Amino acid sequence: MENPTSDNVTDVSVLDDSDMGHIVVTAKGLRLTKADTSDRMAWVAHVQKIRDDQDTAAFAALFDHFAPRIKAFLMKSGASPDMADDCTQDVMATLWRKAHLFDPAKASVATWVFTIARNRRIDILRKQRRPEPEDLFWGPEHDPDQADVLALQQETEKLNAAIAALPEKQKVLIQKAYFGELSQSEIAAQTGLPLGTIKSRIRLALERLRHALG
Amino acid sequence: MSYHIKHHLTDDLLMGYSAGALPEAFNLVIATHISLCDECRARLGSFDALGGAVVDTVAPAPMSPGALSATLAMIAAHDNEIPPQTAPQTSSIFPAPLQAYVAGDLDDVAWRKVGGGVSQMLLNTSKDATVRLLKIPAGVAVPDHGHHGTELTLVLQGAFVDEHDRFAQGDIEIATKDTHHTPVAEEGMDCICLAATDAPLQFTGIIPRIAQRFTGI
Repeated sequence: MENPTSDNVTDVSVLDDSDMGHIVVTAKGLRLTKADTSDRMAWVAHVQKIRDDQDTAAFAALFDHFAPRIKAFLMKSGASPDMADDCTQDVMATLWRKAHLFDPAKASVATWVFTIARNRRIDILRKQRRPEPEDLFWGPEHDPDQADVLALQQETEKLNAAIAALPEKQKVLIQKAYFGELSQSEIAAQTGLPLGTIKSRIRLALERLRHALG
Repeated sequence: MSYHIKHHLTDDLLMGYSAGALPEAFNLVIATHISLCDECRARLGSFDALGGAVVDTVAPAPMSPGALSATLAMIAAHDNEIPPQTAPQTSSIFPAPLQAYVAGDLDDVAWRKVGGGVSQMLLNTSKDATVRLLKIPAGVAVPDHGHHGTELTLVLQGAFVDEHDRFAQGDIEIATKDTHHTPVAEEGMDCICLAATDAPLQFTGIIPRIAQRFTGI
């Protein structure tokens, strides 16, 4: 597992001291939090502690990191600050309730939290139900292989770095799409998005899960 | 459940679904296809990771004081509820998201005849698009039709062929306003599809067009 790499970042500005000391880099307007693989593995462990032990300290740590980001995401998506605050509390409560469904071989905690927040946004702002694919999850006795979990979390970090390296125009378009600012016809999936390797990882995890489910 | 699927979702649709930009009717067809297709499930996972990266990099907005304890209180208040277990993976031809909209399984579908032996059931979604189940008897053609917008057709049972290709269980056909085709259900088994349109289908013959006024197809 890699160590935090705060000494090799440039143009450092700390934006939010509730952020557990994470360093925020400002590069051409995109703020890249230097969450590394060890952070991601720690968040995975926190979700598992919530699932197994109803661990409120683990929940508080996830709340400190993710709640302000979900709130910002919802505000960017058009929610008022009060509505975004309430909605974020719902999202975090959902994280607690659905901890048994989280599969760290298929998604990072940030990705999973994003999907919960997005669904809440559709529910609240568009007043629509959100059909979701049938859940596929390891039964109560199983967890995915730790090596697969580590590989996926590392792949997430590589993806984030690759996105940070995209041309500014393309990054803005991706943000707009995920903040819900683009219509269906305005979303033409960008060519050259670096999604191939993480997709292959998830595919592998699905094959293992299908095999385990028999 | 996972079929041998040849026709998949496009990146545009997967990104639109991941970003939450599509009408509910389309979301239902996509969620149903992904329930049957691990390839598209993995591709969706990669687009969701893009959303995760956006959440990761947004400048945080501080929560209101007391938000954490309020959330913990909310969790505690629901603590004695039975944790929601996920619906078991079904062996039905209707995956879980579709069953939620039908409020049941294949046997619970309230089929209505729309002419030519074809039956349908409209499912209730937001009005920006429509989604219906279609049952086409084996060997029967759906009248030639063009589309004003986009039409997604997912095969749940049987297969259909048109001038361009063959679509079997789990396959998804994506038709645009330029697609004029005559799907015919293959012999052997009734073809059951889930079809979403963001504009009404346009039948090109005069008789079907009159029928359309009455049937709402």
